[in-house]
Amino acid sequence: MMNPLIPLFVAVPLAGAFLTMILGKFIKNLNRYIGIIVLLFLAVSSYYSLINITGNVSVYKVGGWEPVNGIPIGIYMVMDSLTAILLCIINTIGLLAVFYSFSYISRYTSENYFYALFCLMVAGMNGVVLSGDLFNIYVFIEISAISSYALVAFGVEREQLEATFKYQVLGGLASLLILMGIGFIYWKAKTLNLADIKTALGTAPEKNHYLLVQMLLLSGFGLKAAIIPFHAWLPDAHSSAPSPISAMLSGVLIKAAGIYVILRLFFNMFIISEEVAILITTLGTLSMVIGVLLAIGQWDIKRLLAYHSISQMGYVVMSVGIGMILVARNTKPEIASLAIFGGLFHLINHAAFKSLLFLNAGAIEYRIGTRNLQEMGGMSAFMPATSSTSFIASMSISGIPPFNGFFSKLIIIIAAIMARFYLLALIAVIVSIITLASFMKFQRYAFYNKEVQKDENSPKEVPFPMVFSMIALGILCLLLSLLVLPQVRDTVLKPAIDILMNSQMYISPILGT
Amino acid sequence: MVVYLLCFILFLVGLYGMITRRNLVKIVISLSIMEISIFLFLALIGYVHDGVVPIVDPANPDAKYVDPLPQAMVLTAIVIGLATTAMLMSVIIRIYRKYKTLDIREIKNLRG
Repeated sequence: MMNPLIPLFVAVPLAGAFLTMILGKFIKNLNRYIGIIVLLFLAVSSYYSLINITGNVSVYKVGGWEPVNGIPIGIYMVMDSLTAILLCIINTIGLLAVFYSFSYISRYTSENYFYALFCLMVAGMNGVVLSGDLFNIYVFIEISAISSYALVAFGVEREQLEATFKYQVLGGLASLLILMGIGFIYWKAKTLNLADIKTALGTAPEKNHYLLVQMLLLSGFGLKAAIIPFHAWLPDAHSSAPSPISAMLSGVLIKAAGIYVILRLFFNMFIISEEVAILITTLGTLSMVIGVLLAIGQWDIKRLLAYHSISQMGYVVMSVGIGMILVARNTKPEIASLAIFGGLFHLINHAAFKSLLFLNAGAIEYRIGTRNLQEMGGMSAFMPATSSTSFIASMSISGIPPFNGFFSKLIIIIAAIMARFYLLALIAVIVSIITLASFMKFQRYAFYNKEVQKDENSPKEVPFPMVFSMIALGILCLLLSLLVLPQVRDTVLKPAIDILMNSQMYISPILGT
Repeated sequence: MVVYLLCFILFLVGLYGMITRRNLVKIVISLSIMEISIFLFLALIGYVHDGVVPIVDPANPDAKYVDPLPQAMVLTAIVIGLATTAMLMSVIIRIYRKYKTLDIREIKNLRG
C-alpha cells in the first residue's frame, strides 16, 4: 500500500516558500494566505494519514527507482505510525503558530521572509520524519536548521544576533558529527537506507566501529535535541526568537530533529546494547534534573520556559531509555512498551503545552513589552484569555490532574517503578514538584501579585488570531488526556510502539521481504 | 591509513581553533576547516585503488570503478556547508555593526 500524500508533505511547503518570495512583493497579504493554506493542507493530510495508517508501513520511492537485486538504490520516504504522529504534531503546532503570527509578526518588517522561512522550516521537519535514508535525514535537518538560524535572528537586535551565532556554531558542529557518523556507517555498510544498514551490519557487528558510530550520532543528534551536556545553545536561541518561532523550536524542532531521529536510529537501525541504553537513560535523567535546577533562578519568562524544555525532554529521553534497557535485556516486553508509551505520550503533550506557554509569553511581551517577571503583575485582570490558557499550560507541565501532563508523567513514573528503577521514579517525582514551584512563581508574578486599577492606559487583551491560537492549544491540552484511555491508546500510539519495539516490522516492508 | 589519520588531525586542528580563538571570523574559519576534513574523509571512503571513473563502459565489463555515491554526498554537503558559512558571515557583519567588535569576550549579553 502506498500513500500518495507522502511527497506532498515536503513539496507543498517548499512551493509555498518560493511562491511567497516571488509573488509576495506584488500582492498585499498574500504571504499570510499562502502560509495558512499550506499549513492547513498539511495538518489535514497528516490527520488523514494518521487515521489511514493503522500499523501499516507505506513506502514512496522518489523517481520510481525500484530495488536492484533486492538492494534499495533510490531515495525512500517511509510513512509509519510514528512518522504520522510526528507529522500531526509538527503541522498542528505549525498551523496555530502561523495563525498567531498574523498579529504578532506585523510589528516586524519584511513579513515575506518570515512566512517563507517558516514554510521552509516545516518542509525540513516533515522531510526529517518522512525520510528512510540516513543522508536525507541530514539534508532535511540542515534545511530546517538553516531556516531556524535565520528565524532566531529575525529581530536583528544585539541579543538575537548573539544567540543565533552560538546556535549556528553548535548546530554546525552537530551537523559535522552527524556527517562523520554517516561516513563511518557508509564505510562498513556501503548503503544509506536505514533498513538496509541494519541488515548489512548484521547481527554481530564489529564492536568498536559500531560503538564509535553510535557515539557520533548520539552526540550529533543530542546537540540538536539539547540533551544536557549539549544544551548550551537552547536557552539563548529559544528565548531570543520571536514567540511563534520559539513555540515551533521548543515544541517541535527539538523533537523532530533530535528525539525522533534518536528513537528511529537506536530502535530501528542499531541493535541496542545495554551500555548505550544505560548511557541514554543517564543523559535523560541528567537533563531532567539540571534543566529544572537551572530554570529556578530565571526571571526572564522565555528563558525560564526554555530551561523547562530541557527538563521535560529529559523525561522523554529517560522514559524511552528505560524502554531501551528492557529491550536490550530482552525481558519484560510489556513494561518496555509501557515506558516507550510514556515517553511518546509526554513528547506529544510537551508539544502542546510548551508551545502554548511560549505563545502566552509572546502575548504578554506584545502588550507590555518586557519579558522580565519582576516588571509584570496583575495581568489576569486585563488579559483573561492569556491568563487562563497559561494557567492550563502551567498546570499541565507541572503534572496536575486532569491535564495531559499529569497522565504522561504518571505513566513514566509507573513504568520506572515496574522496571525496578526506583531512584529514577523518585527523581521524576521530585523534578515534577520543583517544576510546579517554578510555574507557581511564573503565575504569581505575571498574572497576580499586584492590585492594578483599570483605566484607559492599561493593557488590553491581545488581538483575535493570538487569542484563538492560545485557546485552541489550551483545549488541546485537555483533549490529549484522552490518549491515556486504552481504546484511544491502542489505535493511535500502540502501532508506533510496536514498530519501535520490533524493528522487523519496519524493515520488511521497505526491503520487500 | 596515513591519509585517514591526516584527515582526523585536520579535524582536530579545526576543533582546537574553534575552542581557543576569540575572533568570530576565526571561529567560522575553524568550523570550515573541520567541515573540509570531513569532506575529505567522505571522498576517501569512495576511493578504490586503480579504480576508474564510474561510467559503465560496455566494451570493458570487468573494469573497477570508484564508488560514486560518496562523491555525490560530498557535493551535497559542500552546498550545505556553503549555506551555513554564508549565513554565519552575514550574522557576523550584523554583529559588527551592533557591537563594533569581533571579540567574543565582549559579546556576552546572554547569561545564566
